[in-house]
Amino acid sequence: MSKKRVRIYTGFERFWHWTQAVLILFLAFTGFEIHGAYTFFGFREAVRYHSIAAYLLLTLIAFAIFWHFTTGEWRQYVPTLENVRAQLEYYVFGIFRNAPHPTRKTMLSKLNPLQKITYFGLKVVLIPLVVTSGLLYMFYRYPTRYGIEAISVGSLKFIALAHTLGAFLLMAFLVVHLYMTTTGETVFSNLRAMITGYEEVEEPASTGTLEGQQA
Amino acid sequence: MVKGMKRAIPILVTIGLVTAVAVVSALTPKELPPTPLAQLKEQYAKKRTPSVDHSKFPQLQRAFARPQDVTSACIECHNGRHTEVMRSNHWRWEREEYVKGRGVVYLGKKNAVNNFCLAAEGNELACAKCHVGYGMESVKTFHFDDPRNVDCLVCHDGTGTYAKAQNKGGLPAPTVNLTKVAQSVGRPGRSNCGVCHFYGGGGNNVKHGDLEEAMFEPTRDVDVHMAVDGANMQCVDCHVTEKHNIRGQLYSLSSMNRNRVTCEQCHTSTPHEDDLLNEHTLKVACQTCHIPVYAKVNATKIYWDWSTAGKLRNGKPYEEKDAEGNILYMSKKGTFRWGKNLKPEYVWFNGTAHHYLPGDRIEDPTQPVILNRFEGSYADPDAKIFPVKVMRTRQFYDPVTRMLLLPKLFAPRQGEGALWEDFDLLRAIEVGMKEHGLPFSGKMDFIETIMYWPVNHMVSPKEKALQCSECHTRHNSRIANLRDFYIPGRDRSPKVEAFGKGLLLLAILGVLAHGGLRVVTLWKHGREGKR
Repeated sequence: MSKKRVRIYTGFERFWHWTQAVLILFLAFTGFEIHGAYTFFGFREAVRYHSIAAYLLLTLIAFAIFWHFTTGEWRQYVPTLENVRAQLEYYVFGIFRNAPHPTRKTMLSKLNPLQKITYFGLKVVLIPLVVTSGLLYMFYRYPTRYGIEAISVGSLKFIALAHTLGAFLLMAFLVVHLYMTTTGETVFSNLRAMITGYEEVEEPASTGTLEGQQA
Repeated sequence: MVKGMKRAIPILVTIGLVTAVAVVSALTPKELPPTPLAQLKEQYAKKRTPSVDHSKFPQLQRAFARPQDVTSACIECHNGRHTEVMRSNHWRWEREEYVKGRGVVYLGKKNAVNNFCLAAEGNELACAKCHVGYGMESVKTFHFDDPRNVDCLVCHDGTGTYAKAQNKGGLPAPTVNLTKVAQSVGRPGRSNCGVCHFYGGGGNNVKHGDLEEAMFEPTRDVDVHMAVDGANMQCVDCHVTEKHNIRGQLYSLSSMNRNRVTCEQCHTSTPHEDDLLNEHTLKVACQTCHIPVYAKVNATKIYWDWSTAGKLRNGKPYEEKDAEGNILYMSKKGTFRWGKNLKPEYVWFNGTAHHYLPGDRIEDPTQPVILNRFEGSYADPDAKIFPVKVMRTRQFYDPVTRMLLLPKLFAPRQGEGALWEDFDLLRAIEVGMKEHGLPFSGKMDFIETIMYWPVNHMVSPKEKALQCSECHTRHNSRIANLRDFYIPGRDRSPKVEAFGKGLLLLAILGVLAHGGLRVVTLWKHGREGKR
């Protein structure tokens, strides 16, 4: 077996990831200030910065969606039950025994089955929850104006609570996500890959399928 | 390389074009239209010049024996205008109001109950000093149809010397030079309105808290509109008047949502450059943020305890004052508390108020009686959060009939049963209730009452407007008492908080446990490896 430098993430992907990371952290910081958890910028400034960051994130998401569909990368996130058990077993048992990763990261399949499920949930449930509730908080009066009475100034409470709930979920995700980066080949290999785009992976003895899934 | 160059050309051209457009538009001088605020300032900076000089009219170049003769002289030229005044509540002391659940009621100074001097009826000689008429001794006997009793001068005097006499039912003081005053008449200024409206309740700023002597010549900090060093606006600039119908009403005496003065009539409902602030106008009245404090110069009365009234010292009534001259005790009236630079309290208000009327039975005497309850809630599309001064009083109450008791306070002489002459509480109540045509069981108790006084004046300069964090905060929010809605910064859902924090904690603990275990096993493996 020999080590091979494999390209995992494109430039746009890394730009998207880190910009999104910074924006979400900043949104969380200003958001929890607006929530009343602490005072740093002051309420008014926190609201202003939160709105600006929200628009930046929306723009980024628009580009990311475009990128995912034009490159076909969205297929990475289609959840599958294949190997889920193996992956789970790895995190629960294998990792403590220095066992090898049950799945292998390649440009064509960069997410393990658990990641697929997690990121699918993130993209299809959690981010839409936070984005929709955020947009409704800012623009609830437009549906109201067009006769959608279910959304009015009286709904703001539920919109705000959904937004808060989303924020808590995102923060819990962040904690686990940060930790999971340390579970790669080495503690920093995943992080390095997300920065440089390349990861050193062990080349299998046989030139297996491109999918690289270990049976 | 060449291929790369070719690809770069359209990108470079686009960047160049965008930059060029940006630079050109930045350098082109723009003729911005004046902002709405600048237009308003210009509009109100125009000096008004009277169209006529009343001192030149022969009709007014004579001595007037009686004030009614002046009125007759006015009507000679301004024929018909007196009928407008006689339709107004300044004259009639009542309005016809439709109140939901009650029907049509006639409400005004004639019959209203308040928690200051309690009621005007029965005390007209004193109270009618502020009636826009002459010689009202009783609302029951006054000739509301006699035009000669209309007091044109109190509102139109231009000399600042016109004054009504004490306890004469609205007649002018004998020292007033009626000829001079009649020749000076013009558009009412702050002093014309203020001479009554600043002294309601028997002294400066007693009632309103936001209308007082300091408003004759206010600074910008006291009132940004009326400031003599600013826009120098007069009362009637906002209280726009047409045919003697003065726009504006106070909810101590009004019930219906009509004929109100609003900030929006000049400033629109979206006056801010910041859209987020404009969002607030849906549910927050302008006054709420723009009048952060009231009673900025002199104190206003905030508490009145009638139960201590009537005490005498050496057989004589007496007064006690604080260092600033505010009366703390008065034999005639009882005990007071005052407040200066007060933060208003906040209520939902949709422009409709319900009033306690004389003879109303109090349903629950264990609770304070709200004399003018304001309608409104978050769910009410017409309601906004308004700042109010809340007046709290302990006043007379009949535990048998469950009615508020209205004593006779004033009489021109002793022996007529008036509290302020005879200091006999039970007798004053007996006489007062008889005059109101209401029963009195003979038993007297005291009950807490509350009155809301909307704070509309003393608008601060915008730099001093309320900061976001005064309401959007978990601790000591200005609107901590309004709980029927959610605002960020103040409110949380205990369930969402518990779930969210629990989840975060679980995540952190899980990560620590997993990570810890990894470190331990790795270390073990390492040791085994060495062995």
